[in-house]
Amino acid sequence: MTVIAPEQAASTARGSGGRDVAPAGPGPARMARLRRKIGDNLQAYAFLAAGLLCFGLFSWWPLVKGIVLSFQQDNFVTDPIWVGFDNYRAVLDDPLFGTAWLNTLEFTGLALLFGFAVPFVMALVINEFRHAKGFFRFAVYLPVMLPPIVSVLLWQYFYDPGTGLFNAVLSGVGLPTSDWTQSPKMAMISLVLVSTWANMGGATIMYLAGLAGIPGELYEAAELDGASIWQRVRHVTIPQMRFIMLVLLLLQIVATMQVFIEPYQLTGTTNEETITVMVLIYRYAFTVNNDFGLAAAMSVLLFIVLGAFSAVYLRLTRKAD
Amino acid sequence: MSAMTRSLVSEADLRRGSGRLIYRLVLGAMAVAFTLAFLFPLYWMVTGALKSPLELAQTPPTLWPQEWHPETYLDAWRRLEIGKFLVNTAFYALGGWLIQLIVDVAAAYALSKLRPVLGNVVLGGMLASLMLPAAALLVPAYLTVAEVPIFGVNLLNTPWALWLPGAANAFNIYVLKRFFDQIPNDLLDSAGIDGAGRFRLLWHIVLPLSRPALAVVSIFAIIGSWKDFLWPLLVLQDPEVQTISVALSRLASTGRVTNNEMFAGLAIASIPMVIVFMVFQRSILNGLSAGALKG
Repeated sequence: MTVIAPEQAASTARGSGGRDVAPAGPGPARMARLRRKIGDNLQAYAFLAAGLLCFGLFSWWPLVKGIVLSFQQDNFVTDPIWVGFDNYRAVLDDPLFGTAWLNTLEFTGLALLFGFAVPFVMALVINEFRHAKGFFRFAVYLPVMLPPIVSVLLWQYFYDPGTGLFNAVLSGVGLPTSDWTQSPKMAMISLVLVSTWANMGGATIMYLAGLAGIPGELYEAAELDGASIWQRVRHVTIPQMRFIMLVLLLLQIVATMQVFIEPYQLTGTTNEETITVMVLIYRYAFTVNNDFGLAAAMSVLLFIVLGAFSAVYLRLTRKAD
Repeated sequence: MSAMTRSLVSEADLRRGSGRLIYRLVLGAMAVAFTLAFLFPLYWMVTGALKSPLELAQTPPTLWPQEWHPETYLDAWRRLEIGKFLVNTAFYALGGWLIQLIVDVAAAYALSKLRPVLGNVVLGGMLASLMLPAAALLVPAYLTVAEVPIFGVNLLNTPWALWLPGAANAFNIYVLKRFFDQIPNDLLDSAGIDGAGRFRLLWHIVLPLSRPALAVVSIFAIIGSWKDFLWPLLVLQDPEVQTISVALSRLASTGRVTNNEMFAGLAIASIPMVIVFMVFQRSILNGLSAGALKG
């Protein structure tokens, strides 16, 4: 097809030398091969350089720095002092430590109750529809596209005890109203409701993808055996969906344990009813304490907990590959 | 979907008298519920901005604006400077997208096709960052951006504070590398014989073949940067350079904003993403579904 120039032909021959030329070649050929190999590697690392720099500076280095910082006291003026486990002790002694973890667990638990079960049931029903499936997929995912602060601020107006839409509707149909985010009992549930509304589209779409992949013969066979709809869900659908449910469960735990924007905007960083681990880290570093050591120690603890879930997740998905 | 593939309930059951009635009822109920739950709040947001502040706060609420105040959108745009924050956000999103593509495509190409010594170690290190919850790195990453090691520069309140950490995106590298892996090496070798350099191979052969992967990575990069909140909140504290999300949060806490202006701001912040969703709905939802099946 193309006429190969002599020097190009020579260079390709050298380039594939690793495969074609016998290893015990004469000296000069071996040198050329080595030089070629070094050149190739230099070129490859030139392509990788920007990526390595970004990962190195903003992913790997902060990980090391975070761990180091958790054992230091650093005011960023004088040299940092090593304080051993003092930061960890201070964090564990903080009365807010237990509060923040319990609140985070409460949020995660409630978010799973709504955000795990509801999308599954919705997907199960939508998957049976022979009409308007596109509308349902569009509608449920629309809130996921909004900036989270938009969802949260919009719901803040809905929740307003005096002028909000929710109380107007509730009192309109004769139901008791609520103080929502301003009531100690309802505050956490209010946060979970916004979060679920804003995020459940993702899980629903993924469940729908999983449901579409279940072979129809399984349902056919179950029906021939006289299985009712409920029995088919129990003995066909759920076992077939077990893997994807488990994956979403883990992803959701990791995501909801990092909840921040809902308490930050709706109830504030000083409200003890809704202080979460992330809010506490934010307070340690940026508002109340201005102490990055405490924040780093708390971050390491959060990392250990979430890392365990992530590790299980990665093991599962890699096995599936 | 063909008639052969069936789901939980069979076609026969749905066509029978009572089955058909139940199907119609459930379909109707779900359609109403979805409209109320997911579309109505957005309708409320867009029309709320058109009402007067008093009407917006009145009980019982009005479903349709009694008097029209479309100028609220202009007020929000100018007085609250929503226009400026929107431009900031778009600039960060597009710049971040471009840098992510350049950095991550080059890295994925090197790891997939050039395969340097220790390439697998590098890949492992990058993918390991998928395991790191963003939250746990927040404080040290903030300190790093405030004084970047080796270079000693302060990136706070500059676009680079979003762009450079954003380029360290393991998801992009993973998706792109998997896609590049499927491009046969023979194809590159035969072009290489014609004297094309590494860069020309990437530009003329690999990239044109990788449009689907590039599309997925691009769409999710733009959506991700538009939705980001906590990181821009920390690194862009100067009101002049804030994103629309951070600015809306700040404006909401100052209390000097009327409710209808706030609604206008929320609507303006949402419109670009709603348009993106309408245009790329198929790619977004299918990308998500593919992710679900692969795990």
